This record gives sequence, C-alpha cells and structure tokens, in this order.
Amino acid sequence: MPNMSLTKVPMPEQDPNVRNKNFLEVSMGYTEEMAMEEASRCLNCKHKPCVSGCPVNVRIPEFVAKVAEGKFEEAYEIITSTNSLPAISGRVCPQENQCEGKCVRGIKGESVSIGRLERFCADYHMKHSDAKAVKPQSNGKKVAVVGAGPSGLTCAGDLAKKGYEVTVFEAFHTAGGVLVYGIPEFRLPKAIVKKEVENLQDLGVEVKTNMVIGRVLSVDELFEMGYKAIFIGSGAGLPSFMGIEGEDLIGVYSANEYLTRTNLMKAYLEDYDTPIIKSKSVAVVGGGNVAMDAARCAKRLGAENVYIVYRRGMEEMPARKEEVHHAMEEGIIFKNLNNPVKILGDENGRVRAMECIEMELGEPDASGRRKPIAKEGSNFELPVDTVIMSIGTSPNPLIRSTTPGLDTNKRGCLVVNEDTMQTTREGVYAGGDAVTGAATVILAMGAGKQAAKSIDEYLSKN
Amino acid sequence: MYKILKRRQLNENVVLMEVDAPFIAKKALAGQFIILRVDEKGERIPLTISDYDREKGTITIIFQIVGQTTMLLSQLKEGDALLDFVGPLGKATDFEGAKKVCVIGGGVGNAIAYPSAKQLFNEGVEVDVIAGFRNKDIVILEDEFKKASTNFYITTDDGSYGEKGFVTNKLQSLIDAGNKYDLVVAIGPVPMMKFVCEVTRPYGIKTLVSLNPIMIDGTGMCGGCRVNVGGEIKFACVDGPDFDGHLVNFDELMKRNSTYKEKEAHDREHCRLYKAEQ
Repeated sequence: MPNMSLTKVPMPEQDPNVRNKNFLEVSMGYTEEMAMEEASRCLNCKHKPCVSGCPVNVRIPEFVAKVAEGKFEEAYEIITSTNSLPAISGRVCPQENQCEGKCVRGIKGESVSIGRLERFCADYHMKHSDAKAVKPQSNGKKVAVVGAGPSGLTCAGDLAKKGYEVTVFEAFHTAGGVLVYGIPEFRLPKAIVKKEVENLQDLGVEVKTNMVIGRVLSVDELFEMGYKAIFIGSGAGLPSFMGIEGEDLIGVYSANEYLTRTNLMKAYLEDYDTPIIKSKSVAVVGGGNVAMDAARCAKRLGAENVYIVYRRGMEEMPARKEEVHHAMEEGIIFKNLNNPVKILGDENGRVRAMECIEMELGEPDASGRRKPIAKEGSNFELPVDTVIMSIGTSPNPLIRSTTPGLDTNKRGCLVVNEDTMQTTREGVYAGGDAVTGAATVILAMGAGKQAAKSIDEYLSKN
Repeated sequence: MYKILKRRQLNENVVLMEVDAPFIAKKALAGQFIILRVDEKGERIPLTISDYDREKGTITIIFQIVGQTTMLLSQLKEGDALLDFVGPLGKATDFEGAKKVCVIGGGVGNAIAYPSAKQLFNEGVEVDVIAGFRNKDIVILEDEFKKASTNFYITTDDGSYGEKGFVTNKLQSLIDAGNKYDLVVAIGPVPMMKFVCEVTRPYGIKTLVSLNPIMIDGTGMCGGCRVNVGGEIKFACVDGPDFDGHLVNFDELMKRNSTYKEKEAHDREHCRLYKAEQ
C-alpha cells in the first residue's frame, strides 16, 4: 500500500540565515529512512508519465521501487543505465517541468520527489561504493568531444561505454563547463563534478584541458588527427547586455563574469587571488536560474541588499521554483515588474544607482507569456553599487567561424538535425547551448546522449 | 604543466620567459595572446605573445611586474612550470597588405609590438619602428628591433637615451618629413595609444591598437573584456584584441581597467609570496 501523504518528505536544509553567509550546500539530502518513505509515495503507474518527461529517459518507477525496498545500489544501477550524471541532474534539473510535472501524485498534492530520490541514490553510491568503472574493450575508433560541459561529458561517457576512444577538449583549466564556472558550490558541490569526471576517466575518456578548439586546433585538424567523429558542445558563450546607458561603469558585470570569478576562480575563498568587487547593494537583472545563482552568490559574498530586477511577474519567471524559494528565504528582494532604464555612476565612474521603470503585463506575446509594458512616468532610482546583467547569452563564435560547412541560424546557434544531432557536416554532431542557446543542464545531457547514439550508428556503418 | 625553458630579466621590472607549448607555437601569429595561471590559487591573466618558435615548440612572453600574479610569475625560474597556459587566443593582426608601416611600442608594449614588426619585415614590408621608454634603464629589445625594421628610432621621456620626447613627437616628425604610412600599429599604455590615434586621425592613416582590458576566460564567455568600439560593445578576446584605434573609446577602457586598482595596490604591499616568508 503506497504512502498516501499529500506532501513530499521534506529535505533537510541549512537554516537560511546561516547558509546565506556560507558556500556549503544548501540542501543536505535525504537519509535512508527519508528516501524509503518518499519512494513509497510512488504509485508505480503503468503508463509511466514521469518517464516521458525525462530528457534522458530514466526508468523512474523502477528505480523508485528499488529505493522503497532499500535496495539503493540496484536503484543506482537503473538510473545510470540511461543517465551518466545522476548526482548532478538530481540537484539541478527543473523537475517540476519534467518528470515531477507529469507525476500523477501531483494532481492532488505534491508529486513524488523524483529529483531528491535520484540525488539520494547517486550520493549513496558515491559514499558506499569504491567500485571503479572499468574501461571497456576498445573498438579502436577515436571520437573527439569539444567542451567538457554537461552535453560533452554525457556524450563522452556513452561513447566510452560502447568502446570508443574518446578525447574531450576543454578550453578552461578544469572540466565541467557550466557545472564548475556557473552553478555555485552551494547548489552543486564541485567535488561531485570532479568525481563524475573521474568516473569518465576510469571508463577511458581522456580529458585535455586548456585546449580552445577553433584556435589551437580546428575541427578539420581533429579529423586529420584520426578522430572519426566530432561532437561539439561548446556552450552558450557571449553574454548579452541591454544596450542601456551606463553599462560601461565600474561595477557592472555579466552574470557569467560574476559567477566565473566566484565559482571557477573561487573569489569567495580568502586564499585565492581572484578579485571581485565587495558590494553593499546589488541589482541582478533577469529572472532565470543564472540570475538566482548570481544573486545568492552576491549575498554570500557579503552584500547587504540584493535585488532581483525582472520585467515580468513572479508567474513568468523562468527560474526553477526551488531556486526562487531558496533565494527568497535567504533574503533576496524581488523587484518584479521593473525594468532597468539606465545605470548611474559617481564621479569615479562607479555605479551608484540603477534607474528603473515599472511595468505591467499586457496580452501574451510570441513566447506565450504576457508582454510587459512600461508605465509612463513611473521611473525611480534603486541605489546600488553593483549591477549584474543576467539576460542571456549568444553562442560562442569560435568554432563556427573556423569550421567551413557548419551552418548556423540567425542567432548563431549551430543547425542540427533534431533527431540525430548531426550538423550540416558529415561526422560532426552538436548539442547543448551551442545548438539551443541558453537552456538547461538536462537538455544538454539529453542532446549529448542522442548524439552519442547517432555517432555510434554512423561509425558502425563506416 | 608548461615548462619554463628560458628566463631573462630584461630590466628591473620586465621579465622574458620562453615556455614549452608546442600546440600553441604551431599556430601562434602576431597579435594573439595566451592566458596563464601560475598555480591552483592564482588568477588567469592574459599576456600577448611576444615571439614563437614553431620548430622548438615554444612561446615567448614578456611581462611587467604590476600585481600579484606577475609578481608570482616573476619568481619562477628556468625549469619550473606553469600550471595552465592556453592559446593562441584572439584574432591575429590583420595588416591588410600594407606596404609601409610604422610600428610603435610604449614601454613593455614594445614586447607586443615586436612580433608585428618582425612578421611585417620578414614579409618584405617597409617597417619603421618607434620604441618609446621612460628612460634608458628600461629599454628592452633594442637588438631584436634593429633586425626587424627598416628604420629604428628610440625615444625616452627624459632624453637619457635616443631622442628626447614621446613616441607621438617622433611619429609627427616622420609624417612631417614626408613618410607616407598606410598603416600605423600602436601598442603600449592606453594613453599612449590614444594620443598616437590623435596624431594619425587628421591624416586618415589606419591605426591598429592592441587592447588590454581585464579578462578572465579569454574565449568569449564572461564579457569582462568588453570595450566600446565605434559605439558598439566588442569583446577583446574574440573580436580583438586589435581594433581600429580611431573608433576605440579609450577613456572607457581606462576607467574599466581601474576596477581593481585598490586591490592591485594592496597586493603589491602584501603579496602572498611575502606573506609566506614572514
């Protein structure tokens, strides 16, 4: 008989007023008892709606049933048969729009907490198993993966398991992509990313850091070096700015820069050299997960007032619900229905305020969300010393500009066949933000997975 | 790890290092840069490539000791290694088929001007070089420039070596003497580049400058290196670092480069090297 509680078993978290001063993980994860109790809420539906909501097709009811029985390693095996990075996706997936959004229990009450259970299994395995992945028998075929982010790592893992000799080329000094430069430690501990990368290395994947493909080697040269297929997962790239007055002032960051300084370059640790402005009041412009991450980092770095300035309402915010909830708990002030007009500086060229205008929502626009309209004459000054622009990115030009035959769309995203992830060049596949523009970790993982399947089919024929 | 094969102190504050980096050496061109990290806790800093040897597989960097990272870097010896060294980044300088070029360097900027002069001279272009320094003690690369130029001029601010005056004075006198340059390449402190551009502007001489904004990733991801060129936001790491000097907003660049100046001053006083010794 399933556990008919209408609510999820709560996950222990650090107290908001403690955690907003440290970078330790916010959510501490389920205990074995909590996991079994939550897992027993699953109805094990025959038609498995949750699975259809998962970009990597995790066999959710099967693994949840194993958790309910206390067979955690078996549950982990089921998850990893289709998802090579469960400790990560369990933490950062927008489950409410995916698996959990389709859960029958969510119709009346809360859905089963599939994400927390996935995370539990991955953490359990990391803690209890020292079994190392074993490199499979090589099939002698070399594949190059460009970019060690979620799509590239997933693609590399799936191909390595099939016996391919995979080399991942990463531009940064550390593998992980957005998992290390973007998503903060308190949401995804870097030790977990490191462990997942080491797992891939045990499978035989070679990771070469400090290699900017498009500069040090071109895609054509990779083919000349004997790679039979190439996957491009080079990520989102150039940050967008609003084009308003004052974006050149000292104290205006892109979210990418602010997060990179904080996360990858560890500006929050005393003994690292990376400088970052010590802010008193910070405005983060945007309403996505990246904006939430930047705001919560700013708070932890000591800012007294941190504002989210977003031109639409709470309902329209693209960020995961949990991130918005956590940010609010931590004291981030939401100034929704406001749009920046210009940034004002002092005599030294440093930010002193941001002028905003109030907005109201009109009819739905092309995105289906209600269009924000400025309220004439409602301008006001928000006193801040730092502004973080978190309004999206456009794809990195390095590879498309150095690789003949790779078509891109108007926005500069690589064009692929959506079923196979093949680009307009034979043997070259792509996925993740380089194709979609800024999207989620799990969609990137799904694309990497699909590309690995297509590459395997392609190379099995040739 | 990237081994330091050669280390030479060019003057009190300027150091040359030849680093083993065969992949980068294969591709490097004048105008491009590398990003390095000395150790795990270090910053990523960009340095323009001063020279490369494709056969030996080495990249030469020349840097001035200004802050924490260059201070740490300067302490390394031959045989030591850098943790990270990535490149070649940025676009190579496009000389647009110029036939007579004036290459101007200011201070340590001469280290970056040198590969341009060398490449042009080797391609048979007529190259006049003006190398400016504050005084005699900090003159660098004199012999190298002499081998890579048609005419070579040194200026010092105090007249202790070469001609007394600024590079802009020398450039003006060369133009006045009837030299018809179809390109000027100016690399040095931001005010110097700004003033060189003011000299060339009335004559409509195309002037390339190499910008050095604050940078982290160097691959077009963080947006820290954005500069205003002709009223548009450009990213020095992927759109540059060379830009048409007549379109660059130098005042904005100077302002943005001062973002961490208090920290830099503090670091010079309290570098962790010296902390460790105490």
